[in-house]
Amino acid sequence: MLRLLRYPFTMECGVYLTTYEQDLALHPTRLSAVRGWLLVALLYAVPQLLPNYYLSILNKVAIYTIAALGLNLLTGVTGQISVGHGAFTGMGAFTVGYLMKHGLSFWVAMPLAGLAAAAVGAFFGLPSARLKGLYLAIASLAAQVILSFFFTRAEWFTGGIYSMSVKRPTIFGQPITGERDYLYLGLTAALLLGVFAQNLLRTRTGRAFMAVRDRDLAAEVMGVDLFRTKVTAFALSAFYAGIAGAIWAPYVMIISPEQFEMHLSIELLAMIIIGGMGSVMGSVYGAAFMTVLPIVVRELSMALGPIFPAIGTKVLLLRDAAFGAAIVLFLVFEPEGLAKLWRNIKDYFRLWPFSY
Amino acid sequence: MSDGLGFFLNLLVNGIVVGALYALVALGFVLIYKASGVINLAQGELVLLGAYIGLTFTTSMQVPFFLALLLTIVVSALVGVVIERTVLRPFIGESPISIIMVTLGLSFLIKALIHLIWGTDMRSFHGLFRSEPIIIGPVAISEVFLWGLVAALILLVLLTAFFKYSMLGIAMRATSDDEQAALSMGISVKRILAATWAVAAMVAAVGGIFLGNIAGVNPLLTSYGLKVLPVAILGGLDSVPGAILGGFIIGILEALTGGYLDHYMTGIKEVVPFAFMILILLIKPYGLFGKEIIERV
Repeated sequence: MLRLLRYPFTMECGVYLTTYEQDLALHPTRLSAVRGWLLVALLYAVPQLLPNYYLSILNKVAIYTIAALGLNLLTGVTGQISVGHGAFTGMGAFTVGYLMKHGLSFWVAMPLAGLAAAAVGAFFGLPSARLKGLYLAIASLAAQVILSFFFTRAEWFTGGIYSMSVKRPTIFGQPITGERDYLYLGLTAALLLGVFAQNLLRTRTGRAFMAVRDRDLAAEVMGVDLFRTKVTAFALSAFYAGIAGAIWAPYVMIISPEQFEMHLSIELLAMIIIGGMGSVMGSVYGAAFMTVLPIVVRELSMALGPIFPAIGTKVLLLRDAAFGAAIVLFLVFEPEGLAKLWRNIKDYFRLWPFSY
Repeated sequence: MSDGLGFFLNLLVNGIVVGALYALVALGFVLIYKASGVINLAQGELVLLGAYIGLTFTTSMQVPFFLALLLTIVVSALVGVVIERTVLRPFIGESPISIIMVTLGLSFLIKALIHLIWGTDMRSFHGLFRSEPIIIGPVAISEVFLWGLVAALILLVLLTAFFKYSMLGIAMRATSDDEQAALSMGISVKRILAATWAVAAMVAAVGGIFLGNIAGVNPLLTSYGLKVLPVAILGGLDSVPGAILGGFIIGILEALTGGYLDHYMTGIKEVVPFAFMILILLIKPYGLFGKEIIERV
């Protein structure tokens, strides 16, 4: 009752929580709830205002966000490094392509693709019964290698070395063709999955994930079933990756095994490092950063082209160097990534201008 | 002797010598793991860097091979120290996960740097080793493989002795076991880590020179970094003999599957080592010779 009487736009200026319910609430203050809804409204309004080029970037960001969210749940929240998420994404993409080729609607095929990826992820999470730490991480590398091989060989399923074409999904009999319409699909999926992830972190399962990350032995002593928790994390995380793949496939319309090799796994890892490990919003920032970085490098090198003529041939090299430098610099100066950076900025302005 | 047996023996010997080179690269992983408890994802890039440095000495500067090998080792050691000092020093005491990620970033950086200095064209060491194979009974091996085998065995003996008897080696093991305890015993963790990276870069350079002699030097050499991970894991991440045995096992496995199965399923020989590794890990979770970590609360 007292909270209702407060000025509706109060900001929190300290920790004044008195109950566990308050501690676990999704929105600590009314204002933050309002801000959340405003953000959603803004996200849905923005596609109407931007030209196609920016929409195509946003489409990629939305899809990468979903995959990065998945990897973040596994690596950032549960503490298990996975070098196999590129393959899990591929599993989703090829499943959706295969099912749609056999006449299923996208709206049925997409969840099924997620489930297929989850099943594969859980399967490759099974070694966690015996393995931990680095040995488990390398087991996920094995998943990447084995699945990549499967994708190139299983022509009945993936088209093998010949790529596979996927049709755009239809809604009310109309195919979703334009960048703008497709963005609403990716955006909605990313939003729903993001909110799910954020909520998951407040539940028993989510806290079990974090306990396993912080100290697996202590978690086990407290009654967390390590094996079940890790396999759940693998399955859930692969489900996200699968959904990302399922949305990616009809977006690019032509998929082939080499899109889902090692480099995708590594890019996803880079996203969560740069965005912020264990943070939902961090996955979004990381996905955006990694999508925009190559574009910025390309634009910059084009702009500098007249001054340094040799630069044109070195764009790929510059991109790699920028990736590497970004990862190293973030780990050195802000290990918790862009999410922490943003939080620092907010913290500074929380009591501004009376911070003392 | 029948043809089938001759074919088998050829594959076997090939597997052994290729395995020796894998072991050489895997040793780099083991070294870093032994001293800091992380996997160095930039190991493949260090191999490539070593190959290019060796190439520069032998072909551009016309230094005789053994001197070039020595110089390459020295330069690589310096590179290792520089990497440790500039990139890894701030991470002493950080969690393994962030150190592994930083080596990932490092791998991109080194690759870009190599690309910048040497370009991406395929280069080769010219005529350092005789190209006609040495024939022993039904088996033919080329000379460079033999030298690779010799180098791997020498390094194996040296490194095993190093970790077992030398102060520095023992200090490295102590650091990997518990950084804080090592510090309080008067071990300079910074210096230990610098030494580790130097040794790892040296071993990688030796591997790079031999691999470069066999396959030619181009950025694809970095793929050996990941290819060799199952070797290190199979043998146990902290075991030098394990890396060598793992190298032989994976080398032979790859040669045999390549010889017998690749006709039916192209690319199977890339996959079998990983599948085999998982199988072994399920039976022995810390690899064949890895130290089992017994956790007490």
